[in-house]
Amino acid sequence: MSAAPWRRSMNGGLRGPTAAGAAPPLAAVVVTSQGKPDVRGAAGDAPAGFRRSWQHLRAHHVLVGVLLLVLPFVATPFMTFQVAAQSLVLGLIALSLTFLGGYGGMVSLAQMSVAGMAGYAVAILGVSSTEVSLGWPWWLAVPFAVLIATACATVIGWLSVRTEGIYTIMITLAFGVAFYYLVLQNYTVFNGFQGFQKVYPPQLLGIDWRDPRPFYFLSLFWALAGYLAVKWLVRTPFGVALQGVRDNPRRMAALGFHVVAHRVAAYAVAGAIAAVGGVLLVWYNGLISPGSVNTGWQINILVIAVLGGMRHPIGAFLGAAVFVLLQTFAIDVIDRERFNLVIGVVFLAIVLFSPDGLLGLWAKLRSRFGPNRTVIPPPTRH
Amino acid sequence: MRLTKRIWMRSMIGAAAAMAVGGAAWAQGAPIKIGVLATLEGPFAAGGADGMRGAELAIKQRGGMVAGRKIEMVKASSNANPDVAVNAVRKLVEQDKVDIVVGPLSGGEGIAVKDYSKTQPNMTFINGGSGAQATTLVNPSPNFFRFNTEGAQWMVGLGKAAIDKGYKRVMVIAEDYAFPYSQVQGFMAEYCKLGGKVPVKAWVPLGGKDYSSVIARIPNNVDALLVVLGGADAVNFLNQYEAAGGDKPMMGGSITVSQDVLNYRGKRRDSLVGTMSAGPYADSFDGAEWKAFVADYQKNFPVSAGGYPSPSLFALVYYTNMKAALDGLDAVKGDLSGGQAKYREALSKMELKMPTGTVKLDANRQAIGSTFVTEVVKDAKGELTTRVLRKVDNVDQLLGMKKEDFQIGSRDVPACP
Amino acid sequence: MRWDARAWAWLLIGGPIALFSLWAIVDNTRLYFVTLLNGLTLASLYFIVASGFTLVFGLMRNVNLAHGSLYLLGGYVGFYVAERTGWWVLAIAAGFLAAAIAGLLIQVLILRRMQGEDLRQTMVTIGLSIVIADLLLWAFTAQVHQMEAPQWLQGPIRNLPLIKAYSAYRLSLLVFGVAIGVFLWWLLTRTTVGAMIRAGVDDRQMLAASGVNVNLVFAVTFMLGAGLAGLGGVIGAVELSMVPGEDTRLLLASLIVVIVGGMGSVVGAALGAVILGLAETYGLAYAPTYSVVFTFVILILVLAFRPRGILGRPA
Repeated sequence: MSAAPWRRSMNGGLRGPTAAGAAPPLAAVVVTSQGKPDVRGAAGDAPAGFRRSWQHLRAHHVLVGVLLLVLPFVATPFMTFQVAAQSLVLGLIALSLTFLGGYGGMVSLAQMSVAGMAGYAVAILGVSSTEVSLGWPWWLAVPFAVLIATACATVIGWLSVRTEGIYTIMITLAFGVAFYYLVLQNYTVFNGFQGFQKVYPPQLLGIDWRDPRPFYFLSLFWALAGYLAVKWLVRTPFGVALQGVRDNPRRMAALGFHVVAHRVAAYAVAGAIAAVGGVLLVWYNGLISPGSVNTGWQINILVIAVLGGMRHPIGAFLGAAVFVLLQTFAIDVIDRERFNLVIGVVFLAIVLFSPDGLLGLWAKLRSRFGPNRTVIPPPTRH
Repeated sequence: MRLTKRIWMRSMIGAAAAMAVGGAAWAQGAPIKIGVLATLEGPFAAGGADGMRGAELAIKQRGGMVAGRKIEMVKASSNANPDVAVNAVRKLVEQDKVDIVVGPLSGGEGIAVKDYSKTQPNMTFINGGSGAQATTLVNPSPNFFRFNTEGAQWMVGLGKAAIDKGYKRVMVIAEDYAFPYSQVQGFMAEYCKLGGKVPVKAWVPLGGKDYSSVIARIPNNVDALLVVLGGADAVNFLNQYEAAGGDKPMMGGSITVSQDVLNYRGKRRDSLVGTMSAGPYADSFDGAEWKAFVADYQKNFPVSAGGYPSPSLFALVYYTNMKAALDGLDAVKGDLSGGQAKYREALSKMELKMPTGTVKLDANRQAIGSTFVTEVVKDAKGELTTRVLRKVDNVDQLLGMKKEDFQIGSRDVPACP
Repeated sequence: MRWDARAWAWLLIGGPIALFSLWAIVDNTRLYFVTLLNGLTLASLYFIVASGFTLVFGLMRNVNLAHGSLYLLGGYVGFYVAERTGWWVLAIAAGFLAAAIAGLLIQVLILRRMQGEDLRQTMVTIGLSIVIADLLLWAFTAQVHQMEAPQWLQGPIRNLPLIKAYSAYRLSLLVFGVAIGVFLWWLLTRTTVGAMIRAGVDDRQMLAASGVNVNLVFAVTFMLGAGLAGLGGVIGAVELSMVPGEDTRLLLASLIVVIVGGMGSVVGAALGAVILGLAETYGLAYAPTYSVVFTFVILILVLAFRPRGILGRPA
């Protein structure tokens, strides 16, 4: 699909104050004599970049950081574990989709399947209550699991990216369902319908890492790592080139960039993030079964990413928090039978009226009621 | 950022309030909170709703009180996925602070909840409707009780009935997952021992509706088909089988000979007469307690209010388990102190009178109960209905085998080609 | 060079199939040919549903992921009309119309406002599929609805050579599939609307530039595509029964048919449907455990070597 309609379609939801004065990311980049964009100004050599990040630290960053650290000591174990930790884990998986969709322009419905692959790998290679498990120690099983899932994500990426953007949703959906049927029908490796039970994190340093507080901090650590990694990655030459590929693949190819390689690499990175999320998810649930990777969950991750907004990595975690809260407390408020309807209507409303999700709503509110300034950095398309 | 913070503040306030309310329940004379988990979402929603009705009936029969304390029922919902079920149970236990949990409904959920129960040793978990064999046979939990019989136990008696009818070779057609495995095992354990042969087992992938290939594979030299499909799928199968020109008699699993099958209007309707099946109850059973149970259900949940004309399997099992929970509370006079140890001891030793007969627990806290072998007959009006051929009592989970010889049902276990 | 590659492809794919067929015919001839018929009739159902999907994508570049829900909607409406009136033909018309009207509403009220934003349109269809599926679950409950075949199609056709007896209704599926295929061919190649649709698939902007009311063409195409899904729903309700979950299965089947056969090509949809139908039924008959995975292996192979599908056209 050609560049102009794509940009139009992505800018369609951004009409208004945020679009004004917003320059596309590439325009901010200086082209050096070799013809390759020079981004040294953006990420810089280490000390300059580090100094720059400190300058970007604002009051609200510190406040949120303190709140996150203090939360497990103030809230009940239930809230810490089932609400906060689950949001962080689901947010991490949705982050992979936000990265892939927001910065890479490829919306993949297979992220939950990749997370499921990592989860299944941990269950199969590591310790569980099922005979099929191999019983490797966790420091062997987990890295292998992440590696396997990332490799599979790369293959899925390679198979999906050689066609146009809109095919990606279909093809990844098909892959996700393929994986579901594979784990459902196969008993020798995946233990079929039963799945694996009692897949727990290890007891390390005298702490049971599945207790609410340790697990929360574990998820917080990895969520933060993923978030910072994505934020850093999109400012590197690779990240900027990826965004260029998203905006105008033909032009990037003409400039000498290998479009397919960039896309496949993006899938690999997203796969790694989703894989880490998948390991945490299987540890959170303590089990994995075909029901964890079914079509419902594939769509749920998309809902989470869109709910929060694909313009910034924090959207994934925002969407996850709202989703988990809805899921946990909806039964106290509405007839639980209609939960899917509620989620569907919310998703539809977001896509119809605020395609940038909650972050977009937030931006509109700020620009409407906040002081007059360009508060938003150049918007990243979804 | 502020949006997230606002959500957290509100949820923390909510959590604090919930804790305050929950704390009060530990006082004596205070209401007993019983959490009930059923599949209220997704394709099993209708069954889950009837399960809730069964649990409510047990509470209503006691006037909402047990041992001088009021009963508070807290509902939770899942969608047959184990991870959702564990989240729901965790909310019941840690957030809603219930005293006893009754549930879940489906097999896979049962195993997950059993594993969770091991992390909450001071809480008592009673099954709802889940019928997986592994729940009480593999790594059983000391505080997970199941007062309903499971899938394999439901088919005891059918094997002998098949041999008596002269079916020497039977082909099995069933869906490819745990529940049909257990049903087939319950049938074959007896059938093979009495000399029957099962040359072919056709496992249909879950959710598949196209039985044409399976029908094409039916060999000519089998005497009957054992069809373990849901009632409506069985009608679909019958249609396709009839359309393909088949004419072998059929035997059904516990959920196969349902109202859908009995209302079948196809050309092979008459050939359905004589179809045998087995299960934990029979609509036409004329035991006094069963009739009283059905009448009670119909009075409290008339069809106009959403109930079924006759209680379904789910209503019965949830009723059984909830009644057991309440009878146990009666036995210890509502005393749940000391980590509920006395309560659990009382539950393990109880012998209950249920609508379908006596129920007591084995060493793994699994029910030993009764099974009904039924047959389809034509009544005076020409309608199809079932009658009880035989009632088998004291059916245990090991199906009469020794522990060393017993293996949980799977695609190839048991086998007697 | 090209001739060599094609010859190799025919050899590598055709060879194992020929070998398998030889073994299967010798082993159990009746089973082989019954399965062949089963596969072709299932392919007809898939073709009817997938042709609508590919039309909508080919012309409007819109991946309508609510296609499965429209299938379910048509099936349920058809079921109730058949129950009330007892006329199966009426049920088919009702299913077609119900889905077509739903499709029209979706196109005019929602999708038209996002012209050109393909990704956003697709997300909207995902949201719609969730909402429609749950509304149908609410209205019709999760009970399985089994529709009866009309009297004149019930029962087996007996005394056939070799296969002895075969379901009349299933054979009629084949007739339906061919009829719809011929109708679509006639529509696309012999009518003005069809010419406009084909022109639009090739170059949307040119079509608009030549003065055609593109919005009208889009609306008609979406209606047709949705209606075909609903029609497939009524036909499938007899053979496969209506239950929540069928929408995902049929959507998936349409996706695979279109990916394998090629986007935007009705002939591609026919080819893809035949491949999928045969793969599924032969898989179910000879290796039931992995029948579904087998179809996905085919999908992966096609994606690896011909990413646009066998008969797909570049953008």
